[in-house]
Amino acid sequence: MNLRRDVFQAIADPTRRAILLLVASQAMTAGAIASNFDTARPTVSKHLQILTECELLGQKQNGREIYYHLNAKNMKEVANFIEPFRKMWDDRYNKLEEVMKKYKPKK
Amino acid sequence: MEQKTKVTAEDGKQDLMITREFDLPVELLFKAHTDPELIEQWMSNPYATSKLLKFEGKKHGSYQQQSTDANGKVVFSASGVFHDIIPNKKIIRTFEMENAPLGVQLEILNFEKLDDHKSKLTTHTIYESGVLRDQQLKMPFAQGLSMAHDRMQEIVSKLK
Amino acid sequence: MELKTKVHAEDGKQDLTITREFDLPVELLFRAHVDPEIIVQWKAIPNTTAKILKFGGKKHGSYHMQSTDAQGKVVSNVHGVIHEFIPNQKIIRTFEVENAPIGVQLEIYDFEALTDNTSKLNLHVIYESGAIRDQVLKMPGASGYTMGMAHDRMQEIMNKLK
Repeated sequence: MNLRRDVFQAIADPTRRAILLLVASQAMTAGAIASNFDTARPTVSKHLQILTECELLGQKQNGREIYYHLNAKNMKEVANFIEPFRKMWDDRYNKLEEVMKKYKPKK
Repeated sequence: MEQKTKVTAEDGKQDLMITREFDLPVELLFKAHTDPELIEQWMSNPYATSKLLKFEGKKHGSYQQQSTDANGKVVFSASGVFHDIIPNKKIIRTFEMENAPLGVQLEILNFEKLDDHKSKLTTHTIYESGVLRDQQLKMPFAQGLSMAHDRMQEIVSKLK
Repeated sequence: MELKTKVHAEDGKQDLTITREFDLPVELLFRAHVDPEIIVQWKAIPNTTAKILKFGGKKHGSYHMQSTDAQGKVVSNVHGVIHEFIPNQKIIRTFEVENAPIGVQLEIYDFEALTDNTSKLNLHVIYESGAIRDQVLKMPGASGYTMGMAHDRMQEIMNKLK
């Protein structure tokens, strides 16, 4: 009984975002992923479970190991990757607007 | 709430589009992109001060910008050339960030008058490849991430 | 027969690559791209005379080339800026034909020495859109064949300088 979790909520957590970035370049086992964090292994497992439930991560069995990979099909939802980029420009442009509203041409 | 600044990046493409409407006459919006003092003002933020080391805001001119943090450390530097500048209409330029493996970008800025007090800016950025574009898109994401890590590190070291 | 100048354009993309190997040392291949007197000889559109009005062969420089027909009428104006300029290695520049509806393009030239006497040009051209790229590809001047003829001309001109 899988609880379909909200993708936004899933990537709101910095560790989970870090996990997504890690597996974006190559599929990794839970152990390999966990070795990148100081967090306890069960905590990482919990994050992996959440990411898998909202289908941002996929699993593939290879021999005895399970590899996690970024779910390409759901890359669209991961368009949320863009959000910090958008926010950066939004902040910049807000500042531009503010600066220019105060601007008095020297004549 | 509708977002003021929109970023469109189609899957598998090597370009992206940033659009934004401003409560500013198009002349002021354009000026904000061609007056070095103004650029330095709006490109600066509480964490970094932006400086234009060179700025020839004309067709075939070039520019060089740099941002430094509170300790004077250079955190960002970029340069490029203006292919064309058409007042209140268009700026076409190249852009390259130093020390970042993102290649060169071609940027086409379109300025549009909506009414006497409103204007719209559309920036079309074209990368050398789709992979590089995606990398750029993820950068603020990754930076936010490393900042979060630094903060975490800080907190953890205090607990030690 | 295999064409010496190859044009590679992937479906649905907005860029293309042009590659060609030359029987020229890389220094001469590079020179053919930056010496105004040589450029006009091989880059001129057939039946026109090309003139370089401005050529700043350096980083952050710019260029302007004009072509006139036999009657002296201006048939084309080409201009752009040079973003990067590394002798015998790389040129990154913008390129635009005035009054042509194909926008601006970003061109990345990579020059590579193969041996002391042979070299390779790798040109990556990026257009404003895929539609524009496809339109350019349909123009007669853009085919590997025509471009190959210009490259053949260049090879001939440079042979004399060997």
